[in-house]
Amino acid sequence: MSSDELAIRNVQVGGRPWVQVLHEWVITVDHKRLGILYILYALTFLVIAGAEAAIIRIQLMYPHNQFVSPQVFNRMFTMHGTTMIFFVVVPVLFGFANYLVPLMIGARDMAFPRLNAFSFWLTALGGILLYFSFLGGSGLYGAGNAPDIGWWAYAPLPSRAFSPGPSSDYWTIAVLVAGFGTIGGAINLIATILCLRCPGMRLGRMPLLAWLILVMSGEVLFAVTPLSAAQIMLLVDRYLGGHFFDTQAGGSATLWMHFFWIFGHPEVYILVIPAFAFVSEIVPVFSRKPIFGYPIMVAATICIGFVSMSVWAHHMFTIGMNSYANSFFAITSMVVGIPTGIKIFNWIGTMWGGKIQFKTPMLFCIAFLFQFLIAGLTGIMQASAPFDWQLSLSYFVVAHFHYVIVGGILCAIFGAFYYWYPKITGRLMSERLGKWHFWLFVLGFHMTFDVMHFPGLLGMPRRIYTYEPGRGWDTLNLIVSIGAFIQGMAILVFVANLIVSYWKGDIAGNDPWDAWTLEWSVSSPPPAYNFATIPTVASRRPLWDLKHPEDPDSRYE
Amino acid sequence: MSAANSMATPALETPEGWSLPYRGTVGMAALIIGESAIFTIFVTAYLYYVGKSLTGPTPREVLEAPIFFTICLLSSSLTIHFAGRSLARGTRGAFLGLWALTIILGALFLFGTGREWHRLIYEHGLKISTNLFGTTYYSLVGLHAFHVTAGLVMLFIVLMFGLAGRVGPDQSARVGVLSMYWHFVDSVWVVVFTVVYIIGR
Repeated sequence: MSSDELAIRNVQVGGRPWVQVLHEWVITVDHKRLGILYILYALTFLVIAGAEAAIIRIQLMYPHNQFVSPQVFNRMFTMHGTTMIFFVVVPVLFGFANYLVPLMIGARDMAFPRLNAFSFWLTALGGILLYFSFLGGSGLYGAGNAPDIGWWAYAPLPSRAFSPGPSSDYWTIAVLVAGFGTIGGAINLIATILCLRCPGMRLGRMPLLAWLILVMSGEVLFAVTPLSAAQIMLLVDRYLGGHFFDTQAGGSATLWMHFFWIFGHPEVYILVIPAFAFVSEIVPVFSRKPIFGYPIMVAATICIGFVSMSVWAHHMFTIGMNSYANSFFAITSMVVGIPTGIKIFNWIGTMWGGKIQFKTPMLFCIAFLFQFLIAGLTGIMQASAPFDWQLSLSYFVVAHFHYVIVGGILCAIFGAFYYWYPKITGRLMSERLGKWHFWLFVLGFHMTFDVMHFPGLLGMPRRIYTYEPGRGWDTLNLIVSIGAFIQGMAILVFVANLIVSYWKGDIAGNDPWDAWTLEWSVSSPPPAYNFATIPTVASRRPLWDLKHPEDPDSRYE
Repeated sequence: MSAANSMATPALETPEGWSLPYRGTVGMAALIIGESAIFTIFVTAYLYYVGKSLTGPTPREVLEAPIFFTICLLSSSLTIHFAGRSLARGTRGAFLGLWALTIILGALFLFGTGREWHRLIYEHGLKISTNLFGTTYYSLVGLHAFHVTAGLVMLFIVLMFGLAGRVGPDQSARVGVLSMYWHFVDSVWVVVFTVVYIIGR
């Protein structure tokens, strides 16, 4: 699509009444629009949950600080965790998956467009319900009735006795509903990837992103469903007087832990596998080389998918399992490091000897590689049960999993934004602001989360409201908080870049990065039907074949 | 890169024998995997709490295996299978008859569950809040009954369309997807029956 056409289209959009435009977006079943809705929704909650993190960090900046009350502090860390996992990272990943998978496999839409819309609106309803808790119940006073039971809601905290009023119900129902949305999305992605590939795109020729999204969706089926089941049990306990997690009647609090972490640990991989997918698409393009070891990458991902489902109880070493269980879960947790290490070597192998272009998407992917590696290493440390007995529930753990989620997953997501923004909007994001975003974010990230390991080693428990001066935590906490604000500034630069580039960015054209997968063959933004004629592919890099008919990949694969 | 959509269309022939699975089948298979995980968690909870109730009544005292209604449900898997085959062959009468029979058998099963619950509540005083057995029993059997109910609603919708003459051999694949779901509900009952009425007692 030429820039003239683009201008005409924009005029048409601007000329229609906004109610009509809004209506179209609400009733849409187009995978691209739903993808954008997912992403915008996630960005909104990113800012909200980021503000909650800021409140937590202000509270912990100084010893004996009383910026918020203990009750509000509890609500803040609960809402921060729940929001970031269920309403930021999951939707943003499903947004990208929704947008990209049909384009990458040469399909015109998802397998079930209406189920797709339904899944999005369920997820949206979950988030809105969770935040309605601030207004519902006793109203805005004292942060309303927001849940305050921690994002894993260990029994018996969410029972009626310890959690009167509706605050825990908001949490349970919001998570349950959003979980149904996630399951619906996963079913849809699986059916799309298995049934709608364009002619010639055998499983072995799919872009790695499609493969990894397939594995992630499979894992959703096995891992999010136990959480739904556990939430249903919790609702039975709360509303029908059941005793699943009621220790007074013989119920078991440990069972809740198991059910929660059977979901909770694979969830980390549900989040990180799409991040791997982004990196696997971006690194080759900016290294000007095909991905190194494609079949091994697929095999390693599937291996991670399986192994990660048998590691959950490493979150529970301190509850006193027997030594066989401890050994089993310690070993499996360490084993996950092997396929993950293979992936890291393969990305480095892809960059090795390539003509690396240090554009913003690539910078974030390189940061991802380093930071994810360190996150993995602290993970291996904690997989060792005796070490974990010392550090479980300390700030060391908080630093570790933020290293995974912020340093790993979020950086890959930022890379994905810079990489696919031109496809979604038709304009490139500003490289200048992008560099500012990157360096500010990396600086802030390392100030916060490198330093955060140390108060943990010095014994600072997580979720603590405030602390005594003179334990060696004071300066460290101050540095952590300052780093958090630098990250906040970086996010503001990012949001500004998203907004400014939408109007002022350079026109991208179909294929600004000289990339090789099918989404770059259509106009930016793609037409509603994606492909005028369904393409046929003969290799893993169909656009390479097209651009280099004298030396196509199909000759070697 | 000025070429627009045509760019992605190299002059390649569609490879011979290129066919992909039906999206309905794959979607239903994925749903069944997810549902199996949900049931697994409920079954795990049931088994974990067997014999851990602090008060009565216990399963041994009050449960009676619903053999007749189990036979009803399991044979409905056969009737729906043959209904699907009749549809594919285009024998409309046989399809509708077998389909209606499936619904009747499923409804009979639900009636059986209802009768059993009525007996447990009014004769034995076992409610969901009575003890752990009550909580896990009603949750697990109730979850299954909920799936039977959902299945019956969908079967009924197909029956209505069938009576209106809208279901022909063309819809065979779609009806097959529903039939997959029904087989799943039946096989879950085999597990629930084993756990609740054999192991749990």
